[in-house]
Amino acid sequence: MTDQSLSKTPAIAEPRSTSMLSMLWRDKLAFCSAVVLLLIVLCALLGPALLGDLATSQNLRGRNSPPFDLARGWAFFLGGDSLGRPMLARLIVAARSTMMVAAGAVVAALAVGALLGLVAGYMGKTTSQVIMRLADVIMSFPSLLIAVVVLYVLGPSIPNMILVLAITRIPIYLRTTRAEVLEVRERMFVQAAVVMGASHWRIIARHILPVVAPTLVTIATLDFAFVMLAESSLSFLGIGIQPPDITWGLMVSQGRPYLTTAWWLALWPGVCIVITTLALNLLSNWMRIALDPAQRWRLEARSTKDE
Amino acid sequence: MTKLIGQRVIASLLSLLGLMILVFFLSRLTGDPAVLFLPIDATEEMKSQFRTLHGLDLPLFEQFGRYVWDLAHLDFGESLRKARPAIDIVLEAYAWTLPLAGITMGLVVVAAVILGSLAAFNVGGFFDRLVSIVSLIGASAPDFWIAIVAIVLFSINLGWLPTSGVGTPWHWILPVSVLFIRPFGLIVQVVRGSMLSALSAAYVKTARAKGVKNLPLIFVHTLRNAMLPVITVIGDQAAALLNGAVIVETIFGFPGIGKLMIDSILQRDFNVVLAAIMVTAIAIFIMNVLIDLAYGLLDPRIRH
Repeated sequence: MTDQSLSKTPAIAEPRSTSMLSMLWRDKLAFCSAVVLLLIVLCALLGPALLGDLATSQNLRGRNSPPFDLARGWAFFLGGDSLGRPMLARLIVAARSTMMVAAGAVVAALAVGALLGLVAGYMGKTTSQVIMRLADVIMSFPSLLIAVVVLYVLGPSIPNMILVLAITRIPIYLRTTRAEVLEVRERMFVQAAVVMGASHWRIIARHILPVVAPTLVTIATLDFAFVMLAESSLSFLGIGIQPPDITWGLMVSQGRPYLTTAWWLALWPGVCIVITTLALNLLSNWMRIALDPAQRWRLEARSTKDE
Repeated sequence: MTKLIGQRVIASLLSLLGLMILVFFLSRLTGDPAVLFLPIDATEEMKSQFRTLHGLDLPLFEQFGRYVWDLAHLDFGESLRKARPAIDIVLEAYAWTLPLAGITMGLVVVAAVILGSLAAFNVGGFFDRLVSIVSLIGASAPDFWIAIVAIVLFSINLGWLPTSGVGTPWHWILPVSVLFIRPFGLIVQVVRGSMLSALSAAYVKTARAKGVKNLPLIFVHTLRNAMLPVITVIGDQAAALLNGAVIVETIFGFPGIGKLMIDSILQRDFNVVLAAIMVTAIAIFIMNVLIDLAYGLLDPRIRH
């Protein structure tokens, strides 16, 4: 099984990408999730450039204007906020900071965690012990409380948010990577590489990392949802993103004083968060099977049955 | 088992020490409490008097040394805000949070074990799908948002439940329900998965062949063997419950540890923050040891 995966990888590189797409298309729920996430990413990339002005222009007559009313134009379809700014435009613009913090934290935690995990799994016992104890310290305490303390000291800003959230998530990637590396490095193809005189870095980068990567990508997808919820919670508590920057979590908090008179201020941003995390969860469920060579036959078998 | 727990104690003491050093110095960086606690027109003299009174004028390392010395005598210092021993305030807050977390976790475990087992038994069926969808949504929704939607719905529109505070049993319903959702969504998935693999074991076939009915088969024969991974997740989630408690207690004005910690950080009440963090770390440590003991209780193979 081990040497097979070595010889096959270059040969199936091209058809695999297309078969991944068609596998995605066949699982309707995962496909919808991917489309939703793509839309949100587009909003995050293009939204501020296209709608930035609209989202900040105040219109005192449109203050707390109710949703589902097209009289003021499409931007007010989801209502107006307490300063008469259109909710729909603000939701689209807020996607950027929300995504930026979550993506930044996940990528940073993934990079650092995977690197430390590779080192801890590959190197000797002492290095491994030191790294694992550090992870235990971070894991031993509720992440939100660490974030609250650190953010209060450093001051709330987007880079600090990314830093804090990344630190609290590093142990997840570290532990997974280490556990997988410990198993992979005993396999035949790694030992063959050692015999052929490959350097440590070459073995880690060319032989071990590709095997571990699919698991990490799956976890990162799921973790993206977790980090987004954490960022929203911090912004909601007032120690996360600060105005005039906006994220969905901050919008919920800004809508809270108007709960009785204008429920839509707090409802829509929450719906955005739920949709995004739900899509991430569904996609990660699908990836867990699709990226695992031992389980992929489940999806492929289903696809041949359909045709 | 004893050796395992001994190792855990040493590892926990080290992380507790690290945490203490980190929080002590970080919290001193947040600014001068004298500015915050004294009126705006306080003179420089009054401020320096305030600092001398609370030992805030000493060099940072001397402050730390004194703090550790006092701690060795189980003195966590005094709250600046309430002029009372910090540890008393923290323990009072825990007297609220422990029942909140305990009731929630109890309900979560009972509901997750029953529903997850039934879903695994009926895999692919309607009930299984329903549990999957509900748990997925539960794990995806932000708790602060559910909390305020619940307040609008049940307290403001329907007027059934109080919006915040404590006092009557009615005040507990919303906080417990909101806190319930996330851990339930996660644990029910683990119960289902673990139960699925346990149900495929040979002894289940034997039991079935002998004519054991479905319900005793699930809850008497299989459940105990499926519980090990579940216990691990329950432990993780019980610690994570404190994350949720920060949010829920803040929103519902519940005088527990989460609210105390946020309030104390915002008002630079250093001693209370430190005491709260250390008591929390110790509580989590005790829980981890209990979980290790539970493994041994459930699975005799781990006992030695």
